[in-house]
Amino acid sequence: MAGDIVEIVLRAVCVLAAFLVLPLLVGQTEHKVMAHMQGRLGPMEAGGFHGWAQLVADGIKFTQKEDIVPLAADKRVFRIAPALGIVSYLFALAVIPLGPHTVGADVPGSLVWVLAVGGIGTVGTLMAGWGSGNKYSLLGGLRTAAQLVSYELPLILACASFAIAAGSLSLVGIAHAWTPWWLLWQLPGAIVFLVAATAELQRPPFDMPVADSELVMGPYTEYTGLRFALFLLAEYAGIVVMSLLLGVLYLGGWTGPFDHQIGWLWTLLKGAIFAVLIIWIRVAWPRLREDQLQRVAWLGLVPLALLQLAITAIGVVVTSR
Amino acid sequence: MTKFLSGLAKGMATTARTMTTHAHTQQYPHVKPELPSRSRGVIALLEENCTSCMLCARECPDWCIYIDSHKETTPPATEGGRARQHNVLDRFAIDFSLCMYCGICIEVCPFDALFWSPEFEYSTTDIRDLLQEKDTLGQWMPTVPPPEPLVPELPETELQQLVVEVEPEDDPAAGRTTERGTGEVPPPGAGEQP
Repeated sequence: MAGDIVEIVLRAVCVLAAFLVLPLLVGQTEHKVMAHMQGRLGPMEAGGFHGWAQLVADGIKFTQKEDIVPLAADKRVFRIAPALGIVSYLFALAVIPLGPHTVGADVPGSLVWVLAVGGIGTVGTLMAGWGSGNKYSLLGGLRTAAQLVSYELPLILACASFAIAAGSLSLVGIAHAWTPWWLLWQLPGAIVFLVAATAELQRPPFDMPVADSELVMGPYTEYTGLRFALFLLAEYAGIVVMSLLLGVLYLGGWTGPFDHQIGWLWTLLKGAIFAVLIIWIRVAWPRLREDQLQRVAWLGLVPLALLQLAITAIGVVVTSR
Repeated sequence: MTKFLSGLAKGMATTARTMTTHAHTQQYPHVKPELPSRSRGVIALLEENCTSCMLCARECPDWCIYIDSHKETTPPATEGGRARQHNVLDRFAIDFSLCMYCGICIEVCPFDALFWSPEFEYSTTDIRDLLQEKDTLGQWMPTVPPPEPLVPELPETELQQLVVEVEPEDDPAAGRTTERGTGEVPPPGAGEQP
């Protein structure tokens, strides 16, 4: 019994450590990749070697800033919102497997769990937008809600396709069922997932809710200091979660040479590919207009995801005979 | 649709190409910039050439040059000679918080006492410290680069061609004097005589 509790605590600590370190790695990668794609060098000073400690320095800066709550804000909602935004990705990260046994919590329906807790973040952003008592925040919050509702559907349909193909709702089970044949068979689903995930994270080109030229910073306009940093951390934690998820679902997670020894490394590597892709998309493409954004979701992704479902169903029926 | 997709691909390709090429950033505090020799960084003073004539101070559009001087008398060098007076520079200061780097002072100085220097690292934490006196202005003299050659960076063969082109011009110049007829040059001031 005591051993169980120790194991649970250890797993929780490991998940928390991953949750605090991996987003910083992604953030630093974004700093450097984006800078070089724009012909710059990016951070070069903090920490000495190529500015490796830039995000640590940013974090220290954020903690020193004044924590301001606007007079007109709904104060309690305003204060809780960042915690909700960040906790959803923490819960999601807990069930994403790095290896067949390297997982925070191996639950049978982990895919459903990930999709379910992913929705909590939406509530956090909506609370931030509505609680700020600011018209830009409110507009941003409503845009967020509209966007996340639209893109949740193709995301879930794409995930359903992976689940049907594997015959399992467990992420570990899906990764076990993976074969190289999926690279072609599930390609439309993977594209739908990647686009919908980028939109869920409100990353460019789907950053209409925080469009800085229109809405200042959208729902996060009134936030300062550590609470603002939590929203930023949530964004990068979201990239980590979505990239690892796509790595596990579409690229087979830990499957690869020597996967008994370095399976977790394969998962991280596959996740890193998608993280870099999400960063790359941000640098290369311009922001979508609000109506274009809805059009992509309903006229592009949803039909494509339904098509993928049909292809998957046919494939499963044909191969099971 | 194909145009849309090819546009997306082109965006990805461009960013990827930029990422793999070398960034041209100069990391300034660690790497000093290579400035052209005619850079307008700061104004340096060659005190020995200054005659305290005040031309620069008068021409300065925003009156940022301060000059104080006094007159000294030099006794005659030989017996029965005349004592001479000359100006001695007491103070020469440029207020770089006012200076707009137009360079007019350098243009008007008839004695080549002022020069452009590419030196630019003289910022201060207090605006009043930007009033630089003549000792500081003099310290910038060694940073003044020598003037650039009139025909820069031409290979030697081209230079020789230029010389060859110039040489025959002597003969027409000689012919021009004969065209004038007499060949006599009137003495200076001859035309002014009534």
